[in-house]
Amino acid sequence: MTSATQPTTLFDKLWTAHLVAPESEAAPAVLYIDLHLIHEVTSPQAFAELESRGLSPRRPDLTKGTLDHSTPTLPAGADGRLPYYTAEAENQVDTLRRNCARHGVELFDYDSDHRGIVHVIGPELGLTQPGQTIVCGDSHTATHGAFGALAFGIGTSEVGHVLATQCLLQRKPKTLAINVEGELAPGVGAKDLILHIIGAIGVNGGTGHVIEYRGSTIRALSMDERMTVCNMSIEAGARAGLIAPDQTTFDYLAQTPRAPRGADWERAVARWSEFKTDEGAQFDREVRIHASAIKPTLTWGTHPGQVAAIDAHLPQANDADEAKALAYMGFDGGAAMAGRPVDVVFVGSCTNSRLSDLRQAAQVLRGRRVHPRVRMLVVPGSEQVKRAAEAEGIDAVVRAAGAEWREPGCSMCIAMNGDLVGAGQLAVSTSNRNFEGRQGKGARTLLASPLTAAACAVAGHVVDPRDYLDAVKEVA
Amino acid sequence: MSAGFSEVVSRTVVLRERNIDTDQIIPARFLTTTERKGLGKFAFNDWRYLADGSPNPEFELNKPANAGAAILVAGRNFGCGSSREHAPWALTDLGLRAVISSEIADIFRSNSLKNGLLPIVVEQDLLDELLDQPGIELRIDVRERRLHLPDGRSAPFPLDAFAQTCLLEGVDQLGYLLRQLDAIHGFEQRRAAAQQASFSQEQVHAR
Ligand code: SF4
Repeated sequence: MTSATQPTTLFDKLWTAHLVAPESEAAPAVLYIDLHLIHEVTSPQAFAELESRGLSPRRPDLTKGTLDHSTPTLPAGADGRLPYYTAEAENQVDTLRRNCARHGVELFDYDSDHRGIVHVIGPELGLTQPGQTIVCGDSHTATHGAFGALAFGIGTSEVGHVLATQCLLQRKPKTLAINVEGELAPGVGAKDLILHIIGAIGVNGGTGHVIEYRGSTIRALSMDERMTVCNMSIEAGARAGLIAPDQTTFDYLAQTPRAPRGADWERAVARWSEFKTDEGAQFDREVRIHASAIKPTLTWGTHPGQVAAIDAHLPQANDADEAKALAYMGFDGGAAMAGRPVDVVFVGSCTNSRLSDLRQAAQVLRGRRVHPRVRMLVVPGSEQVKRAAEAEGIDAVVRAAGAEWREPGCSMCIAMNGDLVGAGQLAVSTSNRNFEGRQGKGARTLLASPLTAAACAVAGHVVDPRDYLDAVKEVA
Repeated sequence: MSAGFSEVVSRTVVLRERNIDTDQIIPARFLTTTERKGLGKFAFNDWRYLADGSPNPEFELNKPANAGAAILVAGRNFGCGSSREHAPWALTDLGLRAVISSEIADIFRSNSLKNGLLPIVVEQDLLDELLDQPGIELRIDVRERRLHLPDGRSAPFPLDAFAQTCLLEGVDQLGYLLRQLDAIHGFEQRRAAAQQASFSQEQVHAR
């Protein structure tokens, strides 16, 4: 047992506060879940399982649904129908709609002002709050950890468990502190930071752990940037990433529609403020990262740990895996990162589709043209992001540059909805996974920041975004 | 949940690659299904089939010698990437009952255990040995938590006691959770009461 005087980590506080039953040798803990987010891809089999057992959701009020993965990012055609990629995709969306209607689950459907990527809308609505446990059948649920919530991805069976009981069976993970100190250089952002971290600790560096991102660099990040960092925790193997809530968090939440109001707000802030790691608390592991040395960073291979700074050279094929990755990417070992011709640029996904991301891309695009070879898609993360961006003319900048401005959704991040990168094409993408075929069969992906992506779109090849530093300074 | 089982005996099929991610196990474009069944035909789709749709004869799982193998031995860090349970669904549909690696991603491991697919983590040295000897017959003993090699040697593997019981007895995890409903209800009430208490305290202060 922990006493009040014993220093504990943020993770420990979150864990303890949600224990319905502690774990034992014989059985895992029963952990209470405050917020369950669902989307069309990983929920149908869970609802079917419940129905086959004659069960219904226990707390439909704590479950929220959205449509994002299989959904088209082009508007409805002249016949009023949305251009679904396949009939199966449309059926999946209809299935979620039916399940939500039947069981009284709130769904942010096409007619909602709040539909969007599940990890963009939770925070934006203020559904995501410090001190909560949040799960979703999606591994990037770690995004919500930016608010000091214990948030992690689960499989479809577990989606069923949460629907039926509002609880999960969990073994307690270990803790990993990533301490980041120093100032990020101009033109270097949260995406470069997290790519650098994954490169440093490896794609399995966080396996079995919950990461807490700490230090002066992290404290200085905006909520959008913190979400970018926590989002990719899973790319280091960690199921969850956490950042302790502070004034930045509270200021963000104060603007959201579902946050507590009035006296409730004061009480909530007081409660939220306790969710931080005490001085002297012990982590199972600690890593130190120096932020000031980080440069614009991209992936060069087929997993997110294969990263290089923009001015670096690709590695020689040091082993069979690197050789395979280089071959898939069509790269020669030892060649320069910069200068490779780019075919597709994607700005979007739950990693980088919020307003500040789109602003950065627009700053580079303003008054410039996308290179004729390049197809560029800009896909806002939500209806709200889209409207806010349009209100400041970002859509016009994007279109004037010759890029496509789309409806909100996951789009080319997972390429389930027909937004595809062609076989052999090289894409610079602000999403989170560069696995073989992730953006379409045979597609080659370089993960990068919105600034780098936009700069590459204009240049037509991989380029240092700091060459566009005038634009960058205006943003900062 | 299927009926319990205590061992898997099979030849191995080997995929040497490290970091085999869930997008390789089942590419996202096959996730628009609303069913659990029938995903085996898409398992490792982009490695398994050539551009013209015919089976790639070089891919291990396509080789006639490996037909019927139920134990997959794979390079370090298997199953990284997404939370899609479609990955173990696809592998079990293919006839696999166990995956052996020196590291297996957390969510994939948890998903596998709920679908009767054994995630077996062994030391890197042993993995290297298994990677070098495709097709040997292994016996995985769930009760003993040991992997038995054909030469008589054996090695322990970690398996959570609860997961072990579930596998051996075919215990259904949702059923187990449903039996905790009283405790869950109690937790909700305690929490609501605590919040109410802090509220009334503040009201007292306010007066
Ligand atoms: S944007 Fe990509 S990573 Fe995020 S939820 Fe959608 S598919 Fe998953």
